[in-house]
Amino acid sequence: MTTIDHLNPPTGHMADNVIGFARALRAAGIPVGPGAVIDALNALQMIEIGHRGDVYTTLEAIFVKRHEHALIFAQAFDLFFRAAEDWKHMLDSVPLPDHAKKKPPAASRRVQEALAQPSMRDEAEQVQEQELRLSVSDKEILQKKDFAQMSAAEIAEVTRAIANMKLPQAELRTRRYQPDAKGLRLDMRRTLRSSLRTGGEIIDIRKLGRIEKPAPIVALLDISGSMSEYTRLFLHFLHAITDARKRVSVFLFGTRLTNVTRALRAKDPDEALASCSSSVEDWAGGTRIATSLHSFNKLWGRRVLGQGAIVLLISDGLEREADAKLAFEMDRLHRSCRRLIWLNPLLRYSGFEAKAQGIKMMLPHVDEFRPVHNLTSMEGLIEALSAPPPPHHISRIRSAA
Amino acid sequence: MTASALPKSVDGMLELLTSRGYLAERSLATVTYLSLRMGRPLFLEGEAGVGKTEIAKVLSAALGRKLIRLQCYEGLDVASAVYEWSSAAQMIAIRLAEAAGDTDREQLSSDIFAERFLIKRPLLQALEPDVAGAPVLLIDELDRADEAFEAYLLEILSDFQVTIPEFGTIKAPQPPIVIITSNRTREIHDALKRRCLYHWVDYPDAERELAIVKSRVPGISAKLSQQVVSFVQALRDQDFYKSPGVAETIDWATALTELDARSLTPQLVGDTLGALLKYQDDIARMQGDTLQKVLKEATSEG
Repeated sequence: MTTIDHLNPPTGHMADNVIGFARALRAAGIPVGPGAVIDALNALQMIEIGHRGDVYTTLEAIFVKRHEHALIFAQAFDLFFRAAEDWKHMLDSVPLPDHAKKKPPAASRRVQEALAQPSMRDEAEQVQEQELRLSVSDKEILQKKDFAQMSAAEIAEVTRAIANMKLPQAELRTRRYQPDAKGLRLDMRRTLRSSLRTGGEIIDIRKLGRIEKPAPIVALLDISGSMSEYTRLFLHFLHAITDARKRVSVFLFGTRLTNVTRALRAKDPDEALASCSSSVEDWAGGTRIATSLHSFNKLWGRRVLGQGAIVLLISDGLEREADAKLAFEMDRLHRSCRRLIWLNPLLRYSGFEAKAQGIKMMLPHVDEFRPVHNLTSMEGLIEALSAPPPPHHISRIRSAA
Repeated sequence: MTASALPKSVDGMLELLTSRGYLAERSLATVTYLSLRMGRPLFLEGEAGVGKTEIAKVLSAALGRKLIRLQCYEGLDVASAVYEWSSAAQMIAIRLAEAAGDTDREQLSSDIFAERFLIKRPLLQALEPDVAGAPVLLIDELDRADEAFEAYLLEILSDFQVTIPEFGTIKAPQPPIVIITSNRTREIHDALKRRCLYHWVDYPDAERELAIVKSRVPGISAKLSQQVVSFVQALRDQDFYKSPGVAETIDWATALTELDARSLTPQLVGDTLGALLKYQDDIARMQGDTLQKVLKEATSEG
């Protein structure tokens, strides 16, 4: 087996290319360490470099350690190891209407940005071509409101912010028990077992304590036109939460309600958001909060709100048909969950007043009303989620009496 | 209790269920038949009151097998579902051994973890051989138990065995007939569903419901039973929070016969609506015009 001499690294394009490629992968979000680069260079010496498929398989085996990175790797490989003529061809093809209509595949924006980083490739011309292509796809994204793709920088920022957030972990005491030295319940089985070591004399008493679990979170996210600016950020936030804890259910609503919990379970954010948007038919359309809440209450309320769930209702509350029906459904939702938190991006305006009819209808039925439009306010939200719930149940009983 | 042979066909299964007063849809009889033939657990999901639990009871009665029921609830754990050691009896055994001057620890530990100190809970009981054949194990309302319990069930349902650390592994000589029900208050994990045959139990159609009412409420007049079923079927078309199940229909029909009713009147329906609808919002919606309208439709058909 031949190994790389680190003091005299191999010259030639392959080594440079692999190093550059590894950097691109890193920028696109795949963790590639220097060790992997050395492995890759070693491995490439053992195969037929002229065979593209073999090179692909070899590099994939070394650089991709998680399944959700495979797609990004495939696209990065495709773009990076492309002959110069292909670049030109690709650029030519962009303005063609049929190509322009085609949706950019998931993760490609991330990969393109990663490759477009300065000094990633020597030929300035190619970088320029890439940027040109990027701006075209940017425009496309705006027109189609396709926010399923987030740039690498955005992902990094959100991930960092969410990593810094301390998600409330232990909140609900369940009715199940586990060994716990400070517990209150006697664990006879383990006590007896340990007593056998001393010939039946009970010396240490084992105890059981309640298992604590994070409360389930149910998010209802408004994806109507008026919310479109924020939707992507929220989806990333919800994806991160879904990834970090169990029992998170996410529903999207505009004119109808869609359960995207399973779509969001995909590990890679791009993939998750792409399958989210493909399962929703009414992106950025109108708002029918009452109807959506009605179908939630009827079809999902009993299934996901048990076990003391916290509901996050993310909406601007700008409902066209605000009537008693809206108040009724809000009330039902409020009574079926442990805590109802309404997150409203409109609250960022300091002079905000609840004037819209819909907001007035909904407001009496929420436990908390919070602004949320950027990462800072999301951190505030996390704090709110960790805090003990306000004693709203008592006040509700009093007002009912 | 005499054991009957398992039915040999779907029709045989239908007959078996009908002979015990369970009027099943053909699809339900088919999955039940398959689950018996394949030895796979049957997972029944559906609204409350459509007869999911009932099928286990009927099966056990018709086949002459013992029925073992595990009612699930939040916090259900191994100690109350599978087995527990009788600590008090173990303590006495230890003290007796001490009094007799027996100090051999190895001997002591094998003595007190013997089968006679083992309290068998439903799941362990279901693995025990029975003269009449393997019992029917009903795991009722699994959606109420926690996810942790579901994970525990996986081992039992795939291998029909339980491992007790102090005692060893207990394996069923013949797998029990397992019926799992869920009201879908939460989703059951795919891993568990994969091991089972899944069937969604729906509300019966008018014809079948009428037959059910007639067989379960003897003495009900033909006219009243027809009206009751039409009314309930009409209610299910309404957008209610909780539609009445078959169990509610039977309850209501029984209530009406207790009141010696011959046919439905608005007054009578208004007074007994609580037997059908269990949410105040739903009852409030039925007051006045809606009730008149639905009732008119139901009685004109009958």
